[in-house]
Amino acid sequence: MEIKEIFESMEYGPAPESSDKVDKWLEDHDRTFELFINGKWVKPSEDEYFDSINPSNGEKMAAIAAASKSDVDTAVNAAKKAQKEWWAMGSHKRARYIYAIARQIQKHARLFAVLESMDNGKPIRETRDIDVPLVARHFYHHAGWAQTMDHDMPDYEPLGVIGAIVPWNFPLLIFTWKVAPALATGNTVVIKPAKLTSLSAILFAQICEAVNLPPGVFNLVTGSGSKTGTYLTDHKDVAKLTFTGSTEVGKILRRAIAGSGKKITLELGGKSPFIVYEDADLDSAIEGIVDAIWFNQGQVCCAGSRLLIQESIEDKFIRKLKARMEKLRVGPALDKAIDIGAVVDKNQLDTIASYVNIGVKEGGELYQPQCDLPEVGYYHLPTLFTGVSTADTIVQEEIFGPVLVAMSFRTPAEAVELANNTRYGLAASIWTENLNLAFETAPKIKAGTIWINCTNMFDASSGFGGYRESGFGREGGIEGLWDFMKPKWESEFKTKPFKRATVKPEVEESEFPPIDRTAKMYIGGKQARPDGNYSYEIHSPEGDLVGEASLGNRKDIRNAVEAANAAIGWQVTNKHNVAQILYYIAENLDIRKKEFAERLVSMTHVSFEDAMKEVSESIYRIYYYAAKADKWDGNVHHTPYRNITLAMPEAVGVLGIVLPNEFPLLAFVSTVIPAIARGNTVVVIPSETHPLSATDMYQIFETSDVPGGVVNIVTGNRGELTPYIADHDSVEGIWYFGDKKGSKDVELRATENMKRSWVSYGKHRDWMNRSHGMGDEFLRKATEIKNIWTPYGETM
Amino acid sequence: MTTRIQEKLDVVRNPGMPLELDWIESVQVNLSALERRSATIPSRRSIKKQWQAAWLLKAITCIDLTTLAGNDTPSNVKRLCAKAKHPVRLDLLETMGVSDLNITAGAVCVYHAMVPTAIAALGDADIPVAAVSTGFPAGLSPFEQRIEEIRASVAAGAREIDIVITRQHVLRNDWESLYSEVAAFREACGDAHMKTILATGDLSTLRNVAKASLVCMMAGADFIKTSTGKESMNATLPVGITMVRQIRDYLDQTGYKIGFKPAGGIRKAKEALAWLAMMKEELGVEWTQPHLFRFGASSLLADIERQLEHNTTGRYSAYYRHPMG
Repeated sequence: MEIKEIFESMEYGPAPESSDKVDKWLEDHDRTFELFINGKWVKPSEDEYFDSINPSNGEKMAAIAAASKSDVDTAVNAAKKAQKEWWAMGSHKRARYIYAIARQIQKHARLFAVLESMDNGKPIRETRDIDVPLVARHFYHHAGWAQTMDHDMPDYEPLGVIGAIVPWNFPLLIFTWKVAPALATGNTVVIKPAKLTSLSAILFAQICEAVNLPPGVFNLVTGSGSKTGTYLTDHKDVAKLTFTGSTEVGKILRRAIAGSGKKITLELGGKSPFIVYEDADLDSAIEGIVDAIWFNQGQVCCAGSRLLIQESIEDKFIRKLKARMEKLRVGPALDKAIDIGAVVDKNQLDTIASYVNIGVKEGGELYQPQCDLPEVGYYHLPTLFTGVSTADTIVQEEIFGPVLVAMSFRTPAEAVELANNTRYGLAASIWTENLNLAFETAPKIKAGTIWINCTNMFDASSGFGGYRESGFGREGGIEGLWDFMKPKWESEFKTKPFKRATVKPEVEESEFPPIDRTAKMYIGGKQARPDGNYSYEIHSPEGDLVGEASLGNRKDIRNAVEAANAAIGWQVTNKHNVAQILYYIAENLDIRKKEFAERLVSMTHVSFEDAMKEVSESIYRIYYYAAKADKWDGNVHHTPYRNITLAMPEAVGVLGIVLPNEFPLLAFVSTVIPAIARGNTVVVIPSETHPLSATDMYQIFETSDVPGGVVNIVTGNRGELTPYIADHDSVEGIWYFGDKKGSKDVELRATENMKRSWVSYGKHRDWMNRSHGMGDEFLRKATEIKNIWTPYGETM
Repeated sequence: MTTRIQEKLDVVRNPGMPLELDWIESVQVNLSALERRSATIPSRRSIKKQWQAAWLLKAITCIDLTTLAGNDTPSNVKRLCAKAKHPVRLDLLETMGVSDLNITAGAVCVYHAMVPTAIAALGDADIPVAAVSTGFPAGLSPFEQRIEEIRASVAAGAREIDIVITRQHVLRNDWESLYSEVAAFREACGDAHMKTILATGDLSTLRNVAKASLVCMMAGADFIKTSTGKESMNATLPVGITMVRQIRDYLDQTGYKIGFKPAGGIRKAKEALAWLAMMKEELGVEWTQPHLFRFGASSLLADIERQLEHNTTGRYSAYYRHPMG
């Protein structure tokens, strides 16, 4: 085109980033890549390869090895072998390796950026300015965690081999979110990139070679999810699985490893709300939408895909949004003057298109800008739907494409209701110039990340992850590290309960028959008869009848969960008041110490001395959590932007707690008290064989100002009752201290609504031991970390 | 008297409107968001090869070639005018195939005292002379005197008047006073086009910048302009986007098109491309044309010339190879 013509039209031209260096890199490897296992490049044992396609033009970039079962086996074995030395070398040496990786990534930043852009279809601007800088930052940050671990976390150790499965939308960035913390904490890694986008992971493996990372510490097994991913998931020596991807696959993986004792982190789908209040800077909010839903072609798990606009500004805002959409440019990923690149492949493009069709069919008003699309490659226009409502498919389901649905709300309360009207809970964006309103809204939204007046901001120091069916666990920050470590005392757990000596107590003869007292259950702050009106007998170890307890059934669980849900105001009760109530519980228990000890003696036949120890330790622990209640607060993360990133600890929600038979009082106190100290409301199934210490506790709760519904106790057959908790969709978490089979069952059932499950796999802790039975581990399990990003600044 | 601006305008000149305080008070500007937007405009819109050449030529036509120094004399003003008429070496224009486009600067901008010299030096060339006015740069001389200054410059032949506002009106949120001051200036300008300089570097916040922009447009500004070049902070992209978005809202509300002039500190060809891209993105192509967009700049042209030579020859150029202004 002539300069003269352009002078008149002021058009944009193509501004291609050169692919020369990447092409040369591909050619140097004959466009064929093998597996990286135990520090070497090895051919796939079944000699199988698959193609990697550039979605911007449909051309093949390379052939990539498909790892077989035996390849995965070799990789996991190598990782297992390497892990001991990797951990033993200590913090400083590990930190230096990770630091070297960060340096190398920075040095080859453009190569990574261009390669990633070609392989995935995302704009070079994004890989160059966002993905790759975040990757380097993540390794620097975690080199730091590696350095501090020996000194700052002496009670923790690595898990072993981490199996990681990475999606195609941020092939290198999400890969890094898994590799960096795993390596920093002394684990070794076997990782499987998405089949569609393996190349940046391969380049990363070369960097591991370049820094002489010990063989086996990092292993790359490329291949399909259904084969290679499954082999990795199922491998017995994988200690933990970390997965990012769809909720559907996440559930499959969760179920696949249920009962195995493998730990798991799942970062899944989302349908994140983007709330615009009437007092927002509307033009800036619109740029926020561009970053929310037209970033990475909308293929972002935390994409702000549900636009919620205050009704008073709806028309104006939609008008402005449509005008803005006209300016968006769609084109090949390597063009430096585009906003939206290619969708990752034909399948994804078809999926998006089918959702758009459904949207139109269901009566949504479609808007797409006038915009040229390249003739070859997989491109989709930025798309807006108005005139939709909560029942519509495209409002409910994650589309994973550049499709935005817009609805209006009347009041902040309704905005929150609409925002939370989803099974997902990954992120939310809130736009208002009124910080009062912003900080009122942020805690009410069920999501792991809240962006106030910004969106899609990430940093290594800030944990990212979901509530609800968006998964669990965090990636980034201190909150993300815990998922890669275990307490050293776990190795002391035993397959049989820790026992105390028992001796049959002397019973004083009385001239009257004893008063016949049957323990009721405790639901919604009231003593409740069991729905079925059955009781069961409680016996001492010698078989003497000690008393009777209510036999709960599924309706009692249902009622208890309803009560726990009705009491969620407890979540926001200020922590000073929570502490006061906990102290009050301890005080009241202290007054009745002897009585509680006698109960333990009669049920379990421990010596009176041991029983007194159990009661005293219970009081100690209540004091401990009362003390912690207003101190176990959050963080202000050092994200490298002018903003405040608050990591707020929030309650998990309604928590089910299923207790072991042993230590009927102490196990109850050691779990229920930290749970309620963090604002959870709980449904407890106490010791089945010795439930009377727990039911005695309700009198303590009643006299200690514990609001009704905060603690709910259902006694009975735990094998029968547990499934009703594990299945209940209004229960957000479940702790299960029981056998292997029950643990597996809980993990399977908890999967459906992605409850956070914490199970013991038949291992017993020594409840009297304070390492085992008290401390941050319990508080962390009772907590969900929400990161709230608030950029600030007014003066130019 | 018709001006070059009016000839090019296919729209009616902004008559202004009554001061609407509710509108002013409802303005919201989020600084961090504006900074993020500013950072991505150049990174989202790379302009290369012949597109770059064309855009840089366009930038030249939007430059108000400026000298506002205490030691200005007729000799440097004349030299500046000559440069305004022939901003780019003829051989470069020919190589680019644009020698018939009559590429000139957008205007020559001087103090009142230099208006006659500039008009004489520009002669037949269709290049307006703009005079800075109203007690430039601080704007604190007596009100009547400021009005008189406008009249005198218009009488001397200035077709564009760059006025400065009283900053205290903004800092005190005294929108009525700002409105009546600017409206009075506009009246004094008559047919001459009025650019209102907000001196954004003195206004502290983008919110103030946005509100002042709106008030000036309501009072009848033809252009809104960022800076005098004498404040400690010159034209920045966040300020520019803030002002341009007010122009957009004013257009939506009234139908009148207001021009925009960033001034001060814009020295590099690359910055000029970013500003033009910003105008195109936020307002549209029409706002990349001199009737609605100007750069207030003195050294920008020299960098553009070097860049154009590089674009043409592939060799990096030197300042001395281009006639100085």
